[in-house]
Amino acid sequence: MSATNMDLLRFATAGSVDDGKSTLIGRLLLDSKSIFEDQLEAVEATSEAKGYDYTDLALLTDGLRSEREQGITIDVAYRYFATPNRKFIIADTPGHVQYTRNMVTGASTADLGLVLVDARQGLTEQSRRHAVILSLLRVPHLVLAVNKMDLVDFDQQVYENIYREFTQFATKLNVPDLEVIPISALQGDNVVTRSENMPWYSGPTLMHHLEHVHVASDRDLIDARFPVQYVIRPKSDEFHDYRGYAGQVAGGVLKPGDEVVVLPSGMTSKIARIDLFDKEITEAFPPMSVTVHLEDDVDVSRGDMIARVKNAPAPSQDIDAMICWMTTTPLQPRQKLAIKHTTRTGRALVKDIQYRLDVNTLHRDQATNELGVNEIGRVTLRTTVPLLCDPYSKNRTTGSFILIDEATGVTVGAGMING
Amino acid sequence: MTQTHSDYRLSQLDQLEAESIHIFREVAAEFEKPVLMFSGGKDSIVMMRLAEKAFYPAKIPFPVLQVDTGYDFPEVLATRDNWVDRLGVKLIVASVEQAIKDGIVVDDGKTSRNRLQIGTLLNAIEENGFTAAFGGGRRDEEKARAKERVYSHRDEFGQWDPKMQRPELWSLYNGRIHEGEHMRIFPISNWTELDIWDYIGREGIEIPSIYFSHQRRVFQRDGMLLSESEHNPLRDGEVAEERTVRFRTVGDLTLTGCVESTASTIPEIIEEVAVARVTERGATRGDDRFSEAAMEDRKKEGYF
Ligand SMILES: Nc1nc2c(ncn2[C@@H]2O[C@H](COP(=O)(O)OP(=O)(O)O)[C@@H](O)[C@H]2O)c(=O)[nH]1
Ligand SMILES: [Mg+2]
Repeated sequence: MSATNMDLLRFATAGSVDDGKSTLIGRLLLDSKSIFEDQLEAVEATSEAKGYDYTDLALLTDGLRSEREQGITIDVAYRYFATPNRKFIIADTPGHVQYTRNMVTGASTADLGLVLVDARQGLTEQSRRHAVILSLLRVPHLVLAVNKMDLVDFDQQVYENIYREFTQFATKLNVPDLEVIPISALQGDNVVTRSENMPWYSGPTLMHHLEHVHVASDRDLIDARFPVQYVIRPKSDEFHDYRGYAGQVAGGVLKPGDEVVVLPSGMTSKIARIDLFDKEITEAFPPMSVTVHLEDDVDVSRGDMIARVKNAPAPSQDIDAMICWMTTTPLQPRQKLAIKHTTRTGRALVKDIQYRLDVNTLHRDQATNELGVNEIGRVTLRTTVPLLCDPYSKNRTTGSFILIDEATGVTVGAGMING
Repeated sequence: MTQTHSDYRLSQLDQLEAESIHIFREVAAEFEKPVLMFSGGKDSIVMMRLAEKAFYPAKIPFPVLQVDTGYDFPEVLATRDNWVDRLGVKLIVASVEQAIKDGIVVDDGKTSRNRLQIGTLLNAIEENGFTAAFGGGRRDEEKARAKERVYSHRDEFGQWDPKMQRPELWSLYNGRIHEGEHMRIFPISNWTELDIWDYIGREGIEIPSIYFSHQRRVFQRDGMLLSESEHNPLRDGEVAEERTVRFRTVGDLTLTGCVESTASTIPEIIEEVAVARVTERGATRGDDRFSEAAMEDRKKEGYF
């Protein structure tokens, strides 16, 4: 088996405490043979020492001492497993409301969100919140795993009720692709192997769905966006006149000969050549890291963006965005923060907090004038430098930014641009 | 010109490479004084390759730092020198022996060289004023690492506080630090052991010969096969004998065990890794075997 031609799926898991998230991940790792004997032995020994009567697969993923002590997941943990055709990166995110920011973190890069519910309890406030956050973060694929089916006698009616309630709720969200799968994480039903206990279910097993969900088309291949990261100028005789703009393609397809504009200056040129290490390539697309050469000697530096002449974002200093606030001191109007958007850094002033979104009910609270920790709201910012941005709904790279506290240097907010 | 991917798909290995190169460029652009921590092991060699690609045809715009335990495998040092020569980068060697002589770390005869590396490393970072240090840690290696950010903040004492990690979203990395602090950067966080081998095979790059099957005089200690060496005197009851072995990780030779193996090519190693039932650290690293939280504790103190 070789990873060279596999593709990649990043998914984030969410669920309330005890819905079986860690058990499910443990099961996926175990059944895909991604767990090693020494890891399993360590977990078996700990389970026995704690007097459990089964092996607690959750111990495989709860990595920090305080997490093991408290028996809960606090921070995002990343896990890896692979099947012959696909590698998976799991962001295992904590479910508590006080860790919403960590869930946002895990969801920010995910192609797919996996929300667990306990079949006995049905949809809870938390399951709805997780779905809301995943849809706000524009995670294109959503799976609702109805877990612990073994505890409800694998009853079809239980599944159907949850299915109906959730699909109804999901119409209010932006969920392009939804799958609802009845499972037992503990016993393995419909996780990797099809359950014999639920003949009434004809959909895919969880693993089958993860392996086959189509992610390539989720990227924007139309609107060319190339944030310049670094200017490569070798100070050597051999490459005396070399001047390349290095960066990671954020959208669209770039080709030699394309007429391009450099933002924010507005200067135009043509792509002369695109390098991938020591080779010239005919096209570059997301998420390739390449080096672009322009025909003309225009002034280009880090923070600029190369786009197509007839399809470029409008530079703007007035930003309307959804913000997830991540620190205990609340976000308030008039506050000044550092902002990082693509490769551009500047300062931002909070002009207005338009509303706070109740992530449980989707209610918009317009009376508020601050955002507390783990709260999400719609905010207007004025920035010192123009941002070369797109709506987050069009491009998750050019539509996102982080806010940084200038005194502490800590990341305090995550923003998704509206429009 | 090379035709790339007409269906606009990147293999997962190409995606990992692109992500890592992005991280290298981000750090080079935003930090005043980065350094790459190079152990000579396969992970740091992959880092070197990625850094080479990130800045080509310019030279890597930062030096390389190696913490020399004094107990390093000679084959590893040879590979290190070849890489440094080929890429024309500056090599800084921070020696544990020297740090002991200078009183920076204390050799009480009980503490392993591996642990003495921490003080030696932190001193080298401080002395040189490095603001960012690339490390080859991977999240699949160990539970504490699974939680660590790509940009991992260290305070003035070089310590990691796992409860105070900054949120890290999208590919927007926050490199703000205060005077005296530094950032550890893990550009290959999302690579697995198998990815590393696939990449080494695909790129055809040089790694130390001890990763491949060879004859070596070894002895059993604490359930590991250790190499016979002047730094590693045999204790009562231990006997050395010649075996066909290879190493899965390279580190301090008094602590790094080998496995019996006939894998002498990259595809053979990949095959072996794919069916391995024990993690590379669990199998062969004495330093990680003491407790469930061994790595977390060392990381908090400032380990790689
Ligand atoms: N009967 C049954 N128990 C389960 C199932 N999945 C998880 N559990 C149990 O539910 C409890 C909480 O599971 P855990 O994975 O720690 O939940 P987490 O908090 O979401 O990570 C544990 O006792 C599990 O053994 C399931 O499918 N069936
Ligand atoms: Mg858990």
